[in-house]
Amino acid sequence: MPQTSPEPVIRARGLTKTYGAFTAVDAIDFDVAPGESFGLLGPNGAGKSTTMRMISAVSRRTAGELSVLGLDPETHGPEIRSQLGVVPQEDNLDTELTARDNLVLYGRYFGLSRAVCRERAEELLAFAQLQDKAGAKADDLSGGMKRRLTIARGLMNTPQIFMLDEPTTGLDPQARHVLWDRLFRLKEQGTTLVITTHYMDEAEQLCDRLIVVDKGSIMAEGSPAELIRRYSSREVLEVRFGSDRNAAAAEEVAAIGRLAERVEVLPDRLLVYTPDGEGALERVVERGLRPTTSLVRRSSLEDVFLRLTGRSLVD
Amino acid sequence: MTDDIRPGAGSATGAPTTGSTTGSPTTGAPTTGGSPTGGSTTDLDGAAYVERARIDTTRASDGTRLRVNALGVDEPLATRTAAALAGGVVPRRRGWWYVTESFVVQMRRYGGTLLVGAIGSPLLYLLGLGLGLAAVIDATVADGANGPVDYVTFVAPALLVTAGVSVTQEEFTYTVMGGFKWHKTFFAINASPVSPRQLLGGMVLAVTFRILLVTGVYYLAIVLFGAVDRPLLGALTVLTGALAALAFGLPLLAYSASLTEDKGQFALVQRFIFMPLFLFSGTFYPLTTLPVYLQWIGWISPVWHGAELGRVLSYGAPTPGRLVVVHVGVLVALAVVGGTIAGRTFTRRLR
Ligand SMILES: Nc1ncnc2c1ncn2[C@@H]1O[C@H](COP(=O)(O)OP(=O)(O)O)[C@@H](O)[C@H]1O
Ligand SMILES: [Mg+2]
Repeated sequence: MPQTSPEPVIRARGLTKTYGAFTAVDAIDFDVAPGESFGLLGPNGAGKSTTMRMISAVSRRTAGELSVLGLDPETHGPEIRSQLGVVPQEDNLDTELTARDNLVLYGRYFGLSRAVCRERAEELLAFAQLQDKAGAKADDLSGGMKRRLTIARGLMNTPQIFMLDEPTTGLDPQARHVLWDRLFRLKEQGTTLVITTHYMDEAEQLCDRLIVVDKGSIMAEGSPAELIRRYSSREVLEVRFGSDRNAAAAEEVAAIGRLAERVEVLPDRLLVYTPDGEGALERVVERGLRPTTSLVRRSSLEDVFLRLTGRSLVD
Repeated sequence: MTDDIRPGAGSATGAPTTGSTTGSPTTGAPTTGGSPTGGSTTDLDGAAYVERARIDTTRASDGTRLRVNALGVDEPLATRTAAALAGGVVPRRRGWWYVTESFVVQMRRYGGTLLVGAIGSPLLYLLGLGLGLAAVIDATVADGANGPVDYVTFVAPALLVTAGVSVTQEEFTYTVMGGFKWHKTFFAINASPVSPRQLLGGMVLAVTFRILLVTGVYYLAIVLFGAVDRPLLGALTVLTGALAALAFGLPLLAYSASLTEDKGQFALVQRFIFMPLFLFSGTFYPLTTLPVYLQWIGWISPVWHGAELGRVLSYGAPTPGRLVVVHVGVLVALAVVGGTIAGRTFTRRLR
């Protein structure tokens, strides 16, 4: 690693996008370092996709500064896009074409020769574990396969920066792990990743550093571990009392002095933020409260988000 | 698959031609970013591509290898910028052509059906009119260079235009809706270096190829039918027919691109725009036969202007030169206006 921190490959200052009177992205600042895996974590409508589109030079910013690979997307869109791999939130494969043709034809848009496109397509079909499906119509692939094919397509041009908008939304756990494995390999080889997600586990797995966004603004920034340390306790005790007793129990739990750093009341359960979950549970029970279920777990980014916004990530 | 790919390996010339892999910050000044292949605009060939990539040094458990970008984590930003500037050169010049290629590949997949569909119905008209209607019509409908012409000879140039127009009724409607809405394939192309106007241009060119194929085959058919007096000069109707098809198709394309929802508008266009233009455009009888208050329909109809041009070429209809210029002018104007508006709409939707 170099001594001085390298110049960022993406740099945004006061980046803003409005649609009419509505502000989708509200003056956000961030940098992405080369080789970094950078995440945008936030609920639906936070402005993640809009930010991704501005970086990908397909949506013009309304205000602020944006530099991608040292260039302004406004004037150097084709140049920037030539170095980007893009996996959009919604698959937009050519469903009538075979898996292989989807890759080959896409590579052509970057000016690669046919021979290179064909060779690269075989390589990526293997990478995406789709060799057997090379001749199948994209339409006939399963959801997970389509997603892998879209990812393979985004890599046709050996991008410097790989942009993934909710790469695993709608996939089963098995398919998600296959995808994560592929993304790890790219990251190991130095490809810069920019990933949006509303899954905290995905953010924790994939991102070196992330910004938590809500309603177009950045709520917090840091590595997953840092964010958890800064905005949450080490452990969380989850207790359920049944929906009718929930509110009353909440007051009693909150009244237990020095029990917790913080207590969150959700409609169906209480979250007790504490360094020692088991100890907290003991004291809850000592007070004569009888939770129907209880669970002690590590703090996660979900808790960070709840703390920052008062809302859950996934509704 | 090639193993062990190193910059320069397997390249006869081996001369690094981009600033992207030398790692020298001085070559990375944005202003020096040149063409990736030393000034020519050919596609990135194998050697240039290999210089942009480097092999994944780890071998995954499943034995697959993958080339990744040649620029490692420590490369200075200037080198990255130079790589981007180099990467944009070829697509900026040739992006439209890659779009054409991809559309042609698509069309080839159902080429037979396309051809049969596009020339089938005008051909039926031709048969029906030639064998049936023409037999009962004694009146002279039109004069050519050498006196009165057959009814079928009169009708054929108009049907040729109709065959061309029918291509646009498919490609500039449902295909556009598919690209923007159903399959969102335009947004996929949009994420590549190809610009919205290149996408539009490439698509129009591909469809023009298809129109030319249809007007060409159709022309052969009417020649074989004996419905062309001057087969050599008449061959130009393949081109004027395609021009007329674009004069109809590009405004239609501009309209289709502006739609965000398919509520059956295309069927309405077919019924209430194309059909009147077809029926009141001097297709089956001279426009002057119509009452004066209906003749304006012909004047705004690409079908009429295209058919009249075709008649001049195919049998030497006595049209004054001034009017020929007007026909060409109207067709070109419609195509240009339609294309320009479509270009704006594509850009608006994709940016
Ligand atoms: N083209 C558009 N026109 C109007 N509003 C839009 C458009 N695109 C996105 N929005 C709005 O901007 C907000 C942010 O959207 P988006 O960036 O897609 O959020 P996310 O990806 O985080 O779910 C949403 O409220 C969405 O409705
Ligand atoms: Mg989104």
